Amino acid sequence: MVQDTNALSQKLNTQQAPTIIDARGPRFGAVITSIVLATALATNNVWVIVAQAVVFAIGAIKGPQFTPYAFIFKNLVKPRLKKAGATEDVRPPQFAQTVGLLFALTAAAGSFAGLDAVFTIAVAFALAAAFLNAAFNFCLGCEIYLLLLRARSK
Amino acid sequence: MNSLLPIALVLIASTAYGIWYQRTRGRVVVKGGKKKAGLITAQMIGAELGPRVTVVQFSSAFCTPCRATRALISDVTAGMDDVKYVEIDAEEQLELVRTLDIRSTPTTLFVDRKGNEVGRAMGAPKRAQVLSAIDAIR
Repeated sequence: MVQDTNALSQKLNTQQAPTIIDARGPRFGAVITSIVLATALATNNVWVIVAQAVVFAIGAIKGPQFTPYAFIFKNLVKPRLKKAGATEDVRPPQFAQTVGLLFALTAAAGSFAGLDAVFTIAVAFALAAAFLNAAFNFCLGCEIYLLLLRARSK
Repeated sequence: MNSLLPIALVLIASTAYGIWYQRTRGRVVVKGGKKKAGLITAQMIGAELGPRVTVVQFSSAFCTPCRATRALISDVTAGMDDVKYVEIDAEEQLELVRTLDIRSTPTTLFVDRKGNEVGRAMGAPKRAQVLSAIDAIR
């Protein structure tokens, strides 16, 4: 192979020295998140979304390995898993948590403003993303980050 | 029970999308007759083209399968003297991303020695898919 040490690809590889976590943690978190969001959608209860927004905020700001769901994974689920799992960079799930936070805040704002449709649509999108992540290992950052960049700098 | 309708709709729609997503990610799509973007040049990708094949992978920071794809292609192309592997940070090359219409990461292009894009895979391809895409180029 003629390996090209492209400066950009080098930056991608080494420069940022990203934190690596067990990839099953965020996936487990997505399962819980899906259940919480489905509950919010079924009950129309804004406080469920407020609670989930707090979880998203911790995941978005501190990192997905610090959420209550990650705590449950680390202490109750991981000790029972026999095999070592795949690892991943912390940034992709952190990006997904940030997007989740935006949807949760939109839903909460809609609900407090009396706009029930905004609540329903925002929670529905958040549920779709969380469920896709949980069931199909969907990578939100892979699919939307580049489209966002392209849309922003047109 | 009316309130369960939104959940049902979301789960049905996202399951349909999820099945499509899993089937299409990683599949190498061979480009048809139309060549919109034109030839890929050494200048565009910041590296000389390979003697037979150039594999160009677009990656981004918020992309878990990009790491696996990098490891796989590096491994597959190791020892192939006529194949060159180039990884590009899509975020830093938005102009090129637009020209080549890259929409998600990882997107891997299989380019022949003249610079024609012969195939592309969106999402992480499997070993056999990378091998056959490289083998198909003369």
